[in-house]
Amino acid sequence: MKEYEMIVIGGGAAGLSAAIEAKRHGVNVLLIDSNDKAGGQLVKQTHKFFGAKMHRAGTRGFNICKELLKESEDLGVEVLLNGLVMGIYDGDTVAVDVKVSLTEHKLMMLKAKNIVISTGASENAVRFEGWTLPGVMGAGAAQTMVNYRHVLPGKKMLMIGSGNVGLIVSYQLMQAGVEIKGIVEALPKITGWQVHASKLTREGIHIYTGYTIKKAHGTDRVTGATIAKVNPDWSLVSGSEIEVDCDFICIGAGLKPLTGLAHMAGCELIYDKALGGWAPAHNYNMETTKKGIYVAGDATGLEEASTAIEEGTIAGAAIAEATGHLSAAEAEERKAGAWRRLADLRDGFHGEERLAAKNKQLAEYDRLMGVRE
Amino acid sequence: MRVTEHPIFEDLDTTEYVNITVDGKPVKAVKGEMILAALLAEGIIINRYTTKRHEPRGLFCAIGQCTDCMMVVNGMPNVRTCITPVEEGMTVETQNGLGEWRTEG
Repeated sequence: MKEYEMIVIGGGAAGLSAAIEAKRHGVNVLLIDSNDKAGGQLVKQTHKFFGAKMHRAGTRGFNICKELLKESEDLGVEVLLNGLVMGIYDGDTVAVDVKVSLTEHKLMMLKAKNIVISTGASENAVRFEGWTLPGVMGAGAAQTMVNYRHVLPGKKMLMIGSGNVGLIVSYQLMQAGVEIKGIVEALPKITGWQVHASKLTREGIHIYTGYTIKKAHGTDRVTGATIAKVNPDWSLVSGSEIEVDCDFICIGAGLKPLTGLAHMAGCELIYDKALGGWAPAHNYNMETTKKGIYVAGDATGLEEASTAIEEGTIAGAAIAEATGHLSAAEAEERKAGAWRRLADLRDGFHGEERLAAKNKQLAEYDRLMGVRE
Repeated sequence: MRVTEHPIFEDLDTTEYVNITVDGKPVKAVKGEMILAALLAEGIIINRYTTKRHEPRGLFCAIGQCTDCMMVVNGMPNVRTCITPVEEGMTVETQNGLGEWRTEG
């Protein structure tokens, strides 16, 4: 069985950053991604990132992706593409289903004492009458098709959810020529950032706060939708229905961490609404309650690509230390730098809730592992 | 429909094509693109019908997670078209239920 010092599962913002940081210090690392290209969801992000220069602010997501891929290539990170990790066994063995062609797959068993789970997240669905019709899709799915595959799922779109994903994707679909017929938000106020909402309202797009979708119309595909006002007890206000002329509907109702591998490997998960649901508890090194298994990025709580990059860097530095490529002092310098940048990213009004949740996650690790101050 | 004009993406040239057939009809697909993208470009949005209730399904996650876009490709059912690239001469068919294997050789 082929052995590495470190295996990273998932080559998005977090995984690429973990591999880059570790490889920079000489760790023998393999990065596995189930797609035919690494980059994760950065590939479809056309918006410029926020924050400071050290967080790559002002750079568009897909360009950050190119930078990370180039860095990883220049350092010589070994990458296994089309490799779907099916499980982690005995804490150090990774089973991978590698797609060779349409009809041929091969099974690989690989070993590493240090494994980073950076599998990202999946979109939440909203169930309503007609939600399974072709034309109802995740907001991220529409974003993938438009920004990455450069095809349109339809001409007229209704968005469900006014979080940042709902707002950003609506704007990006508009840039690609889609007519945005409205955004519904069941809560009484817009949940995403005002800066994103304003870009839409300036274009005359209406955000229906206190409204939700009642029904998608159509037999073979979406031909329209009915939206209605929501009572405080979440029932619909009768007589408040509005008909929306749309041919596709996007669901931007948040995401949840993809924790399957961590759960299966025996990592303790904790629940926090602010992190998108269940996520593995971890320590200062991003190591889970299972020794040698680390997590980074959305897989350990929903945040941003910029925070995923820092978490990946911490895991990479910690593993470089664990494998003897960095001294404790050198590793601490790298980790402390990334934690400082994370604190900046979680600062202020928008980060407050996430910061509290992430601190709870760290405290929970200590409690589970019986660590005393 | 394809995105042909975009304020951020300049390079949207689609000069290299391959020929595929979708439910018996010839379709021109951009070389290397995913099957699902080629279908959406043609306005085809139904990929399969469910086993029990024969309801149509189409694009839902676009990243190979949900399996709503599975079709019969070159006689092989349950192919996730959103993450499977087109190839010259490929046959793509709407899948009914679990589909049936029909691979040659």
